[in-house]
Amino acid sequence: MSLILIIEQILNGVQFGVMLFLMASGLTLIFGVMGLINLAHGSLYMVGAFAAAGVAASSGSFLLALMAAMAAAAMAGVIMEMIVIRRLYDRDHLEQVLATFALILVFSEGTRFVFGSFPLFLDVPGVLSGPITLPGGIQYPLYRLVLIAVGLSVALGLGLFISKTRVGIQIRAGENDREMIAALGVDIAKLYTLVFALGAALAGLAGALVGAIQSVQIGMGEPILILAFVVIVIGGIGSIRGALIGSLLVGLTDTLGGIFLPELFKFFVAPDVAQTVGSALASMAIYVLMACVLIWRPTGLFGARA
Amino acid sequence: MTLKSFALAAAMGLLASTAWAETKIGMITTLSGGGAGLGIDVRDGFMLAIAQSGRDDIEVVIEDDQRKPDIAVQLTDKMIQSEKVDILTGIIWSNLAMAVVPAATAQGKFYLSPNAGPSALAGRGCHENYFNVAWQNDNLHEAAGAYANTVGHANSFILAPNYPAGKDALTGYKRFYEGELAGELYTELGQTDYAAEIAQIRASGADSVFFFLPGGMGISFLKQYADSGVDLPVIGPAFSFDQGILQAVGPAALGVVNTSQWNKDLDNPTNAAFVESFAAEYGRLPSLYASQGFDTANLLLSALEVADVSDADAFRDALRAANFDSTRGDFEFGPNHHPVQDIYAREVVQEGDVFTNRLIGVALTDRADAYAADCKM
Repeated sequence: MSLILIIEQILNGVQFGVMLFLMASGLTLIFGVMGLINLAHGSLYMVGAFAAAGVAASSGSFLLALMAAMAAAAMAGVIMEMIVIRRLYDRDHLEQVLATFALILVFSEGTRFVFGSFPLFLDVPGVLSGPITLPGGIQYPLYRLVLIAVGLSVALGLGLFISKTRVGIQIRAGENDREMIAALGVDIAKLYTLVFALGAALAGLAGALVGAIQSVQIGMGEPILILAFVVIVIGGIGSIRGALIGSLLVGLTDTLGGIFLPELFKFFVAPDVAQTVGSALASMAIYVLMACVLIWRPTGLFGARA
Repeated sequence: MTLKSFALAAAMGLLASTAWAETKIGMITTLSGGGAGLGIDVRDGFMLAIAQSGRDDIEVVIEDDQRKPDIAVQLTDKMIQSEKVDILTGIIWSNLAMAVVPAATAQGKFYLSPNAGPSALAGRGCHENYFNVAWQNDNLHEAAGAYANTVGHANSFILAPNYPAGKDALTGYKRFYEGELAGELYTELGQTDYAAEIAQIRASGADSVFFFLPGGMGISFLKQYADSGVDLPVIGPAFSFDQGILQAVGPAALGVVNTSQWNKDLDNPTNAAFVESFAAEYGRLPSLYASQGFDTANLLLSALEVADVSDADAFRDALRAANFDSTRGDFEFGPNHHPVQDIYAREVVQEGDVFTNRLIGVALTDRADAYAADCKM
C-alpha cells in the first residue's frame, strides 16, 4: 500500500465529509432550532439534483444549474414548511417522523410524475472534468478538489453567518430558548421558515454537486440522510462546528475503514476471509465511532443539550 | 328458492363461466422507487405483446412490489387467493424471486420469470412449473469472462456489490476468465461513491476492469471512473448499459464493451418489428428488459394457443416447446427450463444524441448454465 494511495484516500474521505456537511448542517439547524426530525431532508437533496439536471440539460450551464438547484430546494422547503411542518412543531417526535416519512413518498412519486422513472443525466462541467496531477505525482479528479473547496467555503460562510449576523444570533437564541426570543419580539414563525429554507438550499446544493458524479435518480437522498443523522449525533445537535467535525470524521472513517480494515485483517487471516470480515466491519465503523463518541460525550462533541 | 336468489345464483354462475374461459395473469413487478425503470420496461414489453396478439380473453393484473420482498409475498398471496390468477410473472430482483417463486409453484401455479434467474432456482431448487425466459444470473458475466479471454485481458480487477447476485456475478466471470486477478472487491449494495475503489484499481496494476453494478450504482461508477483518469478497458454485463440508464451515464460509457443476450440491432424480423412497434407505442427505445417482457408474453401466448392452463401437463409441454418467435432469434429451453442461447458482446455508441449499443460479436454460443445438472424434475 503506497503513500500515494493513502493520500488519495484521505482526499476522498475529506471530499465525502464536506458533502455530508452540506446535508448535515441543514439537518442540525432544523433539529436544533425547531426540535424537528425531518426525514424528508433527503428528498430536498433529490429535488436539488433533479432541478440541476433539468436546468443543465436545457441551458447547458452548470453554474445556472447549481443556482436552480438551491432555489428549487429552498422553494420546496418553504412550501413543505408552510403546509405540513408548521403543524408538527408542538407534536412529539413520532408524529414528526411519520409525517416527514410520508413526505418522502410524496416527493419520490411527485418527482417520478414530473421527470419519469429513468435516471437523469448530469455531468461535471467541461472545465472541471478530468484529473490533475498534485505535488508528489498524485492524480486526482479536479472536480472532487473543487467539491472540497466549495464545501469548506460554505462551512466558513455558514459559521460566520451564524456567529456574526443578526439573523444568526436570532437562530442561536431560538435554539436556546424559543419562548424568550418570541417574547423579545422576534417573529419566530418567519425565523423558522428562513432556517428551513436555508437548510433546504444547502441540501439542494449538495444534491446538485454530488449528482454530477453520481446518479440523479429517485430515492438518491435516503442513504445519505442516514449518514447525516449519524453526523449530527456525533457532532452534537444544533452545532454547525459539530456538524463539520462530525462530517469529516464520518467521511474519513467510512472511506479509510473500507480500505484499511481488510488490509489489516490480511495480517491475521486468509485474504478472502479478511476481505469479507474487513468489509463487514468497515460498514459498521461509523456506527462504532458514533457509539464511542456517545459513551465519551453523551451530548455529542459540541452538543449543548441531549 | 325464491326467484330473486335464483336469478342471483344464475348471474353468479354466468360470471363464473366467463371467468373460466379467461386466462388470468398476475404480474408483480417493480414500478416505484429506485429500480422502477426495469419493471416498467418489462411491463411495457409484456403488454405490447398482449396487445399485438389481439386476444381479449387474457386479463393481466399488475401490482407494484416496491422492490420489497415482504410486499411481493403479500401480493403473491393476494393474486393466488383472491384474484385467482393462473400464471404469475414480472419479478425483477433475485431476492424477491426467491421469496415468491417457490411458494407460487408449490401451490401449482406457473411462474414465468422475465428477469431474475437466481442459481438456487436453476439447480436443486428448480421446479417443473418455473420457467425463466431471460437468463440464469451467471450467464452474462460468464460471457464477459469469455470475451475478456478473446481480447487478451490477462490481469482483471473485478468488483460487484456484496449480495447474492453480486457473488454470482464474480463467480460467473471467473468461471470463464482464464487470466490472473489483480484484485477482487465486494462493494456495499447501493453504494454511490467509488473513489476509494477506483484508487485501488489505479494502484493494482490491472490491465482491465470487470464490474457488475446494476442501476444507479453503475451510473455513479462509470462517471467517476471516466473522470478519474484511469483508462483501463472496462467490461460489464448489460445491466449497467441498458437503454434506460445509458442516457444518464452519457459520454462516460462510450466504447465500453458489455455482454447481453439481446440488442436492438439483432438481425431477425421479430426483433425489427418489436423495436419499431415499441418505439412507436412508448416513444423510447426498448431495453433488454423490455425485450424479455415481450418474449415472456409471446412464450405464454404460444402455449395458450396449444393448451389451456387448466390442463397443466399439456400447458407445461407447450411452454417447454418454446414455439414462439423470440426477439433473440433462436430460443430454446434447457432441461431446467432456463434458456439455451447465444450471448453477444456489444459496444456503447452514440447515434445522433442518443446513447445506445451496437453488436460487435458473439461471446458465448448456445450457452445453458452451470446448474442444470443439479436439477431433478
